[in-house]
Amino acid sequence: MLRFLLLFSRQGKLRLQKWFTPVTEREKKKVIREMTLMVLARPPRSCNFLHWRDLKIVYKRYASLYFCCGLEDQDNELLTLEVLHRYVELLDKYFGNVCELDIIFNFEKAYFILDEFLMGGEILETSKTAVGIAMEEAETLQEVTPPPPPPPLTHTHGHLSLTHLPKYVNMFSVLFTDNGGVYE
Amino acid sequence: MSPSVRLQEMIRVIRGARTQGEERGVIQRECAAIRAQFRQADNGTRSHNLAKLLYVHMLGYPAHFGQMECVRLIASPRYNEKRVGYLGAMMLLDEKQDASLLITNSIKNDLSHSSQYVQSLALCTLACMGSAEMCRDLAPEIDRLLRASNSYIKKKAALCAVHMVRKVPELGELFTPAARSLLSEKNHGVLHGAVVLITELCERNPDTLEQFRKVVPELVLMMKGLVMSGYSPEHNVAGISDPFLQVRILRLLRILGRNNDTASDAMNDLLAQVATNTDSSKTAGSAVLYETVLTVMDIKSESGLRVLAVNILGRFLLNNDRNIRYISMTSLQKIVQTDHNAVQRHRGTIVDCLKDQDASVKRRALELSLALVSAVNIRSLMKELLLFLSSCPPELRAHTTSGIFNAAERYAPSQRWHIDTILHVLTTAGGDVRDETVPNLIQLITTATELHCYTVHKLYRALITDISVQSLVQVACWCIGEYGDLLLRGECEETEPVQVTEDDVLDALETVLQSHMSSPATRGFALTATMKLSTRITHNVDRIRSIVSIYGSCIDVELQQRAVEYNALFKKYDHMRAAVLERMPVIDKSSPGHTNGESAGGTIKELEPTKLTQEIVFPQEPSNQVCDLLDLLGGSGEPFQPSPSLSSTAPGPASSTAGGDLLDLLGGLDVTPAPPSVTVYEKNGVTLKLQTDTQTDTGMTVTLTATNSTDGDITGLTLQAAVPKSVQLQMKAPSGDVIPAHGLGQVTQTVLLNNPNKVSLKIRVRVCYTSQSSVCQDTVQIDSFPSTAW
Repeated sequence: MLRFLLLFSRQGKLRLQKWFTPVTEREKKKVIREMTLMVLARPPRSCNFLHWRDLKIVYKRYASLYFCCGLEDQDNELLTLEVLHRYVELLDKYFGNVCELDIIFNFEKAYFILDEFLMGGEILETSKTAVGIAMEEAETLQEVTPPPPPPPLTHTHGHLSLTHLPKYVNMFSVLFTDNGGVYE
Repeated sequence: MSPSVRLQEMIRVIRGARTQGEERGVIQRECAAIRAQFRQADNGTRSHNLAKLLYVHMLGYPAHFGQMECVRLIASPRYNEKRVGYLGAMMLLDEKQDASLLITNSIKNDLSHSSQYVQSLALCTLACMGSAEMCRDLAPEIDRLLRASNSYIKKKAALCAVHMVRKVPELGELFTPAARSLLSEKNHGVLHGAVVLITELCERNPDTLEQFRKVVPELVLMMKGLVMSGYSPEHNVAGISDPFLQVRILRLLRILGRNNDTASDAMNDLLAQVATNTDSSKTAGSAVLYETVLTVMDIKSESGLRVLAVNILGRFLLNNDRNIRYISMTSLQKIVQTDHNAVQRHRGTIVDCLKDQDASVKRRALELSLALVSAVNIRSLMKELLLFLSSCPPELRAHTTSGIFNAAERYAPSQRWHIDTILHVLTTAGGDVRDETVPNLIQLITTATELHCYTVHKLYRALITDISVQSLVQVACWCIGEYGDLLLRGECEETEPVQVTEDDVLDALETVLQSHMSSPATRGFALTATMKLSTRITHNVDRIRSIVSIYGSCIDVELQQRAVEYNALFKKYDHMRAAVLERMPVIDKSSPGHTNGESAGGTIKELEPTKLTQEIVFPQEPSNQVCDLLDLLGGSGEPFQPSPSLSSTAPGPASSTAGGDLLDLLGGLDVTPAPPSVTVYEKNGVTLKLQTDTQTDTGMTVTLTATNSTDGDITGLTLQAAVPKSVQLQMKAPSGDVIPAHGLGQVTQTVLLNNPNKVSLKIRVRVCYTSQSSVCQDTVQIDSFPSTAW
């Protein structure tokens, strides 16, 4: 089973963390720090597998984000690379040309997608389309019961729409040139 | 307007903060607002506030005050609030928090909710952070869902059951029937969950494993269907149909086929088919092949199939993709013991991988190469390993050197080759070798009697080139000291002899003595070597005498001690010098505790008198000579007066490095370590240390050592000791009653204790002394002793 899944940027900022075993806050921070240090120190065209404590670490870089997970001894590392790739594909399908900003500003959606794909450290759904369908239906369910309108904003800033924000490099398009073009 | 704009706005503001302090300020304000909102009644913004809190939590700030809000939101009837509540529960709560128990009831209700999406939220959260009690409570619910629900819920219930079995293994029995029936489902998600569940059940319970062996044919059919099926857009990954499910099935087959012939037979054909038909040009195919190979090697497969598997691994080794090479080496490592010959065939490729750029690949290649060393390939493989050592990354060096030494020891084709190899390693990576290397090498050299000339020549050449590698220098000094006469003779069969004069040799040793690069241990070696040469050379004995007397006032106490004793050997005991410094006999490595030459045949071993431990054995020497030697220490008339029972509290690091203690050369690894000393009293610049040495079952020797770090001498020092009633105490005469200033000398006193009743030992010591014309008296009680006495 997977023990944890972390997403962090090139600068070491955490974008998503999923822990599949009970871990104390202190231990979580420690693991995050060590993973970040280890993975960011790797040269560009190196092997995607590492050994750390008694776990195997598999990481993959997509544009500006590193996807890093810890596996147990029995798990298949090559398959985990495929798992990471599948997750990126799901994000891409949902957000449409996903980039790091999408994951930052819609982190709860990223978690919901993850929860439809992995559970308890194991793969939940192997079909490419089923996860997307489940997300859509959940969204409709969410809209069916609309919340009452929010009270007036107490912030001093005005509303800013997201179109003002610059889009970072599209994560998915970089897939084709990353790591010597391993994927189709 | 989408409600989550407010969340996104907060994120924008936080990201806009230019400094860490500014960010903290923004977050503190937001958290205060969120806390205020939590306290208010329901106003429809609760989910947004919790979402904001979760973002703040991800940045690393404390968010525990949101735990109760999670509980409240989970209980809400609205789906979007439930969703965020459950997400919060998964992020903020774990089984150690008390609040997690409060959501058990909500989860239970939601598991029977009419909407499958609410059910799925509950299942997901339960599988993520369900504690053992929660699992026990809700297991029947999960079992119900496993049987009667749609496939969307079934697959989630299956993985939830997996979590439960991991937490509470007894629940496995409850889920076994349901798991069996799930195998007939069509939905891949459910099948995958079922296979994972069955794997988990079989791993934990051997009876269940027996039961599930019957489904092997069913699994084989399922697998065949996947492999032979046509293109399925939903499940296809790079030409492989649902590799995730394929890998899981293979893993389950591995567990079922292990140690069982019938099951293994049933899957032989399938495995051969998968191995030959799977396209491994992309990672997905390679993943399936990899799992197949692991399964083949683990079950009782036919030899043909095993050969096929090893060949696949060999093919992987030649793949351009580093990941695949890494994987194949990991697998080969697992099977190198059992299928040694098969792996040997790929030795060439493995050795090539030593030259790979990637550190992970290098490491794997190193481990595998070391495992492949055998008597047949030792020469060629060692060449490669030595080449690797010269360019390997620093974190691998220690491992490489120890691996090389092990291999050389087991398979060395000749002694000369062995010595050459070790010398090569010392020259290349002498800083990364283990401490035992020096005595081991010395022992090896002494056994290779025909090669003494050759060895000393080689080492001399190495010494004059470079004196920075301590281990090499130590061995070289020892050899020159021991076999210097062979060096000076100027003839050698095995290698070109050097034409050196005695002065050249002494120059080399003196360079080592004076160099800043030499560690104290190395200098000890050099000094002793110089001394030994005094019997092996003819003309420059005076030079040696002068070197030795210079070091009689060296600051390093260890060197000073040696020099003083060697000086005495020149002056008072010159008649014994030749015998003392004679050539050493061959050291027998296997005899334990030969600290003083129990293996010797009648010659006095070269003694380092201060290192005498209580187990002195003096074979066949007249006792008066023995006593004279011991007297060497008492009668030398130097201010420094070590007592004979002073066991090796050798100052400085000399005793800790294995090579520094001359006695260690004889014994190698078996010298009893210096007992630790404890500072029991420290006042007015006077330090009193206590050291224990357990001699017999009930008897113990305690040595008290007093040193003085003030500017003036301490005079009139007396030590008195008191012990519990049943313990017998005998205090020996102190070595003196004046402690010189500035730590230049010390006073020791030995106390013999006999504890026949083995009571817990306490000793009270009264210290009296005069310091700077004032009398001081102090009492110290020592309750615990540093050595593992009783």
